[in-house]
Amino acid sequence: MGVPVLKGAVATTAQEAATAAASMGGRVVVKAQVKVGGRGKAGGVKLAENADEAREKAAAILGMDIKGHTVHKVMIAQAAPIESEYYLAILLDRANRSFLVMASVSGGMDIEQVAQETPEKLAKVNIDPYKGLSLDEAKQIVLKGGFPSDVADEVAKVLVTLWDVFKKSDATLVEVNPLVKTKDGRVIALDGKVTLDDNAGFRHPDHESLIDTSATDPLEALAKEKDLNYVKLDGEVGIIGNGAGLVMSTLDVVAYAGEKFGGVKPANFLDIGGGASAQVMADGLSIILGDPAVKSVFVNVFGGITACDAVANGIVQALEILGGKATKPIVVRLDGNNVAEGRRILNQAAHPLVQQLETMDGAAAKAAELAAK
Amino acid sequence: MAIFLDEKSKVIVQGMTGSEGTKHTKRMLAAGTKIVGGVTPGKGGQSVEIDGHTLPVFNSVKEAMTATGADVSVVFVPPKFAKAAAIDAIDAEIRLMVVITEGIPVHDTAEFFAYAQSKGKTRIIGPNCPGLISPGKSNVGIIPSDITGKGKIGLVSKSGTLTYQMMYELRDFGFTTAVGIGGDPVIGTTHIDCFKAFQDDPETAAIVMIGEIGGDAEERAAAFIKEYVRKPVVGYVAGFTAPEGKTMGHAGAIVSGSSGTAEAKKVALEAAGVKVGKTPSETAELMRKILS
Repeated sequence: MGVPVLKGAVATTAQEAATAAASMGGRVVVKAQVKVGGRGKAGGVKLAENADEAREKAAAILGMDIKGHTVHKVMIAQAAPIESEYYLAILLDRANRSFLVMASVSGGMDIEQVAQETPEKLAKVNIDPYKGLSLDEAKQIVLKGGFPSDVADEVAKVLVTLWDVFKKSDATLVEVNPLVKTKDGRVIALDGKVTLDDNAGFRHPDHESLIDTSATDPLEALAKEKDLNYVKLDGEVGIIGNGAGLVMSTLDVVAYAGEKFGGVKPANFLDIGGGASAQVMADGLSIILGDPAVKSVFVNVFGGITACDAVANGIVQALEILGGKATKPIVVRLDGNNVAEGRRILNQAAHPLVQQLETMDGAAAKAAELAAK
Repeated sequence: MAIFLDEKSKVIVQGMTGSEGTKHTKRMLAAGTKIVGGVTPGKGGQSVEIDGHTLPVFNSVKEAMTATGADVSVVFVPPKFAKAAAIDAIDAEIRLMVVITEGIPVHDTAEFFAYAQSKGKTRIIGPNCPGLISPGKSNVGIIPSDITGKGKIGLVSKSGTLTYQMMYELRDFGFTTAVGIGGDPVIGTTHIDCFKAFQDDPETAAIVMIGEIGGDAEERAAAFIKEYVRKPVVGYVAGFTAPEGKTMGHAGAIVSGSSGTAEAKKVALEAAGVKVGKTPSETAELMRKILS
């Protein structure tokens, strides 16, 4: 990336960690490699004086659970003799529909706390996404952040490099925390975090390889293969709908209805989007019916572009494709574009698992009731 | 009256010769929208026959505007080419550009939004939105035109299908304009812009807003409502039961930490005098009480 860093190595076992530490010599830092912030506070970052200690610390960190992410890898990095810790980040600023640089001389673990308690110690400057960030502007920001004059130029250069990375990799966050000044006066990035924009994948075919599938739920992985927008949740009512907003709303309506039936909840989020073909419906239904927690399914569609007759045909054909694998009751609510024909098709098919209700509220209550049985 | 779009609006379709563009041009024409042409770079000079209308194709938005007097463009081009299409429309200083395309990289949207701001001539709606409809007058985008007709409610929503659902729930009242502002993290027109326009529109009697989890757009809208809006407002926020840290379909819809929750948004809206429903039907009921 062009940002100055110390030597580091990734280890998946305690022995590998010890070997890496031995080859570096001297003190090292053992850091959990997980895709979530707050590792330091969770005990996922430890200092080791030598190779033996690195083995010990790595053994303790590997397998640890940090906010639901299991640690499978640790990073072994040379420990730098640190004089000061700083913070630098560039991120998408939704509120201002722009990009934002945040810079502070109070780096280290508690940048969230700095932001909350002493906001004056955190310089925040918006960058024009069309014009970008020049070295002069970077110097101004560093000045505003109160960086000492002996490192200011160096930090400004790091900031411009970060901007290039942010831009070229289509990131929504590039963060260096901490950026340190060592006792011998060098400016070094000790740790960082990058969040990439999924929408920009077509410009970065290489990003695909960065996705760590081991952390993904198996049903979510399967859905991803089928190009379905699916999120596993922890309830009993399987949900299929069209449009992100309507599906989110369906989750709410089912959860409220579930309160009357022993607290049953939605089992997933699944948005089949605009073109609900029979195949998409079959893929969606088969993933939901493959979830052992699911007791009933609620298909909630408002036909906009998608006509309800196409959705109804999709459901009928999906059940033919699934055959004996379809075992759970399915409640369907159709409305909108060509609804009369859609309802007629489902009535005529008269599949024993399928029942129709006219309103979203009524259908949600029925699905919750069936899941509670 | 209506906001942003009325029977006088002359509309060009960027990407009209593509399959999505052609399909939706047909639907918009059927809804009575004054479509005056299309833009596809490299295909200028050709014309396209759609349902008995002969529509000229131009190489640039500037050419299209000069030839047809168009003041609105709707963008159906794929994500890869969306930024170039947007810059073309902004350079031509079109009054309104509606970007339907889903999946545009946020760096591209941020860039063309900043460019439009610096020029100060073009309102952008979207991207990743269903567009807007002023029933009985004009329909730009993909909102079905037959859900309901003209009336006195204004609607602003991040979500497409929830827009349709809410229009359906309140179909006996009808709408001045319904605007789908889109679910992306960076959008050209916000809830606030729509509230301002609805407050200033004499035909709009009451406003429905539909929000969803993530970001703080609803909280900022609440502050604006308190200060500026004197018409009754009812609201709905999708995602009350969404778990933290999971993205729900829309790139913008994610709860991070304590911020962005539906409950926080509801509290902020209620403090601004907005009546908030827990479900779409309950929200429609609140509006029904206000108007009857």
